[in-house]
Amino acid sequence: MQYLTDRKRAQGTGAGRQGTHHHWEMMVSSTALVILVPLFVFTFGCALGGTYEDVLAYYSRPFPAIVTALTLVVVVKHLMREAQMAIEDYVHGVAEKLALMGVAAFSYTLIAAGLFALVKLAL
Amino acid sequence: MVQLTLPKNSRITTGKTWPKPEGASNVRKFKIYRWNPDDGQNPRVDTYFVDMDDCGPMVLDALIYIKNKVDATLTFRRSCREGICGSCAMNIDGINTLACIYGMDEIKGDVKIYPLPHMEVVKDLIPDLTHFYAQHASIMPWLETKTNRPAKEWKQSIEDRKKLDGLYECVMCASCSTSCPSYWWNSDKYLGPAALLHAYRWIIDSRDEATGERLDQLEDPFKLYRCHTIMNCAKTCPKGLNPAKAIAEIKKMMIDRTV
Repeated sequence: MQYLTDRKRAQGTGAGRQGTHHHWEMMVSSTALVILVPLFVFTFGCALGGTYEDVLAYYSRPFPAIVTALTLVVVVKHLMREAQMAIEDYVHGVAEKLALMGVAAFSYTLIAAGLFALVKLAL
Repeated sequence: MVQLTLPKNSRITTGKTWPKPEGASNVRKFKIYRWNPDDGQNPRVDTYFVDMDDCGPMVLDALIYIKNKVDATLTFRRSCREGICGSCAMNIDGINTLACIYGMDEIKGDVKIYPLPHMEVVKDLIPDLTHFYAQHASIMPWLETKTNRPAKEWKQSIEDRKKLDGLYECVMCASCSTSCPSYWWNSDKYLGPAALLHAYRWIIDSRDEATGERLDQLEDPFKLYRCHTIMNCAKTCPKGLNPAKAIAEIKKMMIDRTV
């Protein structure tokens, strides 16, 4: 039980003075994905069905390798931000903080692993 | 953590079925949420029958018929009976709307009436709007000026006045905010569509001199950015307004001053 006025409850601790950057980043990554996803589907489709040597040779070319790397980074970062929003929506308290850290750790690990695999293919 | 089931003492039970009006040939069935904080019972849904030949066309007319002729204990807010005061907002046939301007001919089958969703109930169809009003007060819903000239009338061009259309008509009935899933889960921090529509109404007012401060107060991951453009607010607004568009305009202004 807390004896707080209605206005104090509504005001909370004021504005966090952030959120616009996150919103802008989501808009930018969404726009980038409109271009990147079709390019990735096209390049990945071209590599399908080839032998191991064919795939190595294909991903040693700059265009498919760069498209794949960009798509991986942008998709995972976009998903990470979306997951953060969902966690903030539905989970509160200590579980929220832990979940946010977990999502960030998982996302950056996924990016690192994906880029490592791509570099091994390309170089 | 979000709660997906109702607490035990909030689960709805079957209520009383009230007798049909004697001699009536044109009768309609109403199922209405009832809860009395004083009797210690769970909420229930009572069934009423209304003689449509002795009742006006709006849902509010039927509620007044029930209160006057069937069950005087039925409790609900009402005042202007013409969609101006916003008092009689409730969930009718699954839609948050104003009972006074919602025609019964728009509803097929039984008429189901509940209080506005996801708000604490004071009694029967009356939700507790204390926090909702406090959030409205927090966005400074008044003209804020710093210069003391002109001392009398502050003029506004016809074009600037037009920018307030679709905003000033809001009657604060809370239909939009209580239809918003983001507001359901985070109403303690998210301002909700009604308060944000009002915030934009003052941000866009050419006479207001606190635009920057208003935007500063809204720049928050929860106060503003919990809006996920679900659009329930625009769909349900009984006045035909579009709070989601107002929120999008605020976000655009935030980006314009940041990026």
